[in-house]
Amino acid sequence: MVDNKQQWKAWLYLSPAIVLLLVFTLWPIINTVRMAFLENYKSLEAAGGATFSFGIGNFVKVIQYKRFLTCLKNTVLLCVLTVPLSTILALLIAVALNSIKPLQRVLQTIFFLPYVTNSIAIGMVFAAMFNIVGAFYGTEQEIIVTAGIINNVIQFFGGEPINWINYGSTYAANITVMTIYIVWNALPFKILVLLGGLQSINKQYYDAAKVDGTSRKRIFTRITVPLLSPMIAYVVITGFIGGFKEYTSIVGIFGEKMGPADDAYRLNTMVGFIYDALSQNNQGRASAAALILFGIILVVTMINGYVSKKRVHF
Amino acid sequence: MKVVLQNLTKVFPSRNKKSNEEVVAVSNFNFEIPDGKLIGLLGPSGCGKSTTLYMISGLQKPTSGKIFFGDDDVTELSTENRGIGLVFQNYALYPHMTVKQNILFPLQNLKGADRPSKEEMLERAYHAAKLVQIDELMDRKPSELSGGQQQRVAIARALVKMPRVLLLDEPLSNLDARLRLQTREEIRRIQKETGITTVFVTHDQEEAMSISDIIVVMKLGVVQQIGAPQEVYDSPQNLFVAKFLGTPPINVFNGSVKDGKVYIGEDAVLEVTNVPDQEVMIGIRPEGFNLDAEGPLKCKLSNVEVMGRDVSIVSTHEASANPDIRSIINADNKVDTSSETVRYSIKPHKLFLFNKETEERIYFEVK
Repeated sequence: MVDNKQQWKAWLYLSPAIVLLLVFTLWPIINTVRMAFLENYKSLEAAGGATFSFGIGNFVKVIQYKRFLTCLKNTVLLCVLTVPLSTILALLIAVALNSIKPLQRVLQTIFFLPYVTNSIAIGMVFAAMFNIVGAFYGTEQEIIVTAGIINNVIQFFGGEPINWINYGSTYAANITVMTIYIVWNALPFKILVLLGGLQSINKQYYDAAKVDGTSRKRIFTRITVPLLSPMIAYVVITGFIGGFKEYTSIVGIFGEKMGPADDAYRLNTMVGFIYDALSQNNQGRASAAALILFGIILVVTMINGYVSKKRVHF
Repeated sequence: MKVVLQNLTKVFPSRNKKSNEEVVAVSNFNFEIPDGKLIGLLGPSGCGKSTTLYMISGLQKPTSGKIFFGDDDVTELSTENRGIGLVFQNYALYPHMTVKQNILFPLQNLKGADRPSKEEMLERAYHAAKLVQIDELMDRKPSELSGGQQQRVAIARALVKMPRVLLLDEPLSNLDARLRLQTREEIRRIQKETGITTVFVTHDQEEAMSISDIIVVMKLGVVQQIGAPQEVYDSPQNLFVAKFLGTPPINVFNGSVKDGKVYIGEDAVLEVTNVPDQEVMIGIRPEGFNLDAEGPLKCKLSNVEVMGRDVSIVSTHEASANPDIRSIINADNKVDTSSETVRYSIKPHKLFLFNKETEERIYFEVK
């Protein structure tokens, strides 16, 4: 048994962390739930002394918004496209990195660089790469002159330039750019985790496989992937959680309008929806949307957990 | 399948970039392993025994020298084409596969005409499992098995391809003492039943002596002696081999040969012919002492340990190279524990003379 004096000391040492957690994590969570269930809650009016009745009106309104469905669709689409793609790419790159000896460190650093770079800055670079610059930029009379490096490459190989992100671009083109950008941005962390996992696999398994004359493909599918499965599961789950919070990447490429000039907010996401509600001072609606997002992430993570229980070994 | 090692040498480049010291792990190993025998590679850690095993397996390439399986030169052959079975020190069972899948794995890798049908694969897997008596555990995962059972699975996996040569790296080092005794008998039995030429590596001399047909004692990459266990024990070629084999270890004394007499300190313990006068190292096996009230070797008695069948007498002598002298004598002999001294006569065939500098054996004849 720890005596009382010791217990006091323990609480004292824990108190800075506990106070911070209470104020900045626990209270906001409780407050979010509270605001979500108060009809039409606005904090400015609340400060003025207004009272709000309890109800689920905020949730009903959120779901009835047509923009909410757009946001949900964009978010889910980007998740479904980017998480598997980035995981598979990261796995292949990690295995390749792990199997080479010279320059491994240098390449590791290069692959990790995007992780330490600001995502808005990267977004602007990507926007420039996919850009089309011309006269009357952003109007219907725009004369298309390609200046983005991607279109230059396409033209070099004899293809037609594609309007990726500018005025009049298609939704498919927009999503393609976003997918490439998000996958590229997500790779470093995944490569790092998977490479770490690979390096902790006992080399004897590979020696044993060699003695048994296992082909490289079979080593990959029957040994590497199963032994790496806990790491893969981790990467997929965090990938989905991160994917559902996608927002800054879209702002990075399309700006605050979150879409091409002729169709603003076309690429808005769940988090974007919450920000919009906040900027309109509608805390009740923002809270309700946040809780819905939380619910979706919870369900997806539970499904992930269920699947990995069946698939992940050990 | 006999295995021939010809001038086998392995040099590892220096790890430290500043010093250019290369590490010679195995130096000029020559040996013809007869067909169907169980060979123990024995030596302290760093003696090159595992490197030798891995060169036979093909996982490591020799720096120079050749390896033959039968008449085939396999030196340049890659591991999977050598037809070997290898049991790793930590077994290296695939943790995500069941015992059955682990044993089937090598068979499923076979291609073309070598690839057996599904039924035959299963049959062979069960046959191998029966041989090592784990056929009841086929659906378990390795983590659900004891160390000894994992060991058997590893052996079954190595055997299922019917290898030409079976290699075992420290097969018993991860088992507790009781399992070790049991498993080494098991390895002996499996080897006898299959008749596969088997090489195993160990640092435990008792293990090597008890089950090997032939032991190879190594030190710092150089083979010290090759022979049947009893032969090597009874006639070590140098002081290292004499010290390495036997528990309790051999007693070593600083001594000399003068006028045909072997002296330990002042005590002339043996008369020999054809050994010139010189300073020598003398090794006497613990069982080489006879309690003898008139014996020439006078030691200070420090302790008597009764072990039932035998009595172990611990004593000291100023010429001893070790702090203690340990002798083992039949318990029928009564030891006077109150006495301060104990006197021995020496069994001549349990006493070995070694050159003081080279530590090579000096052979003698008893007068």
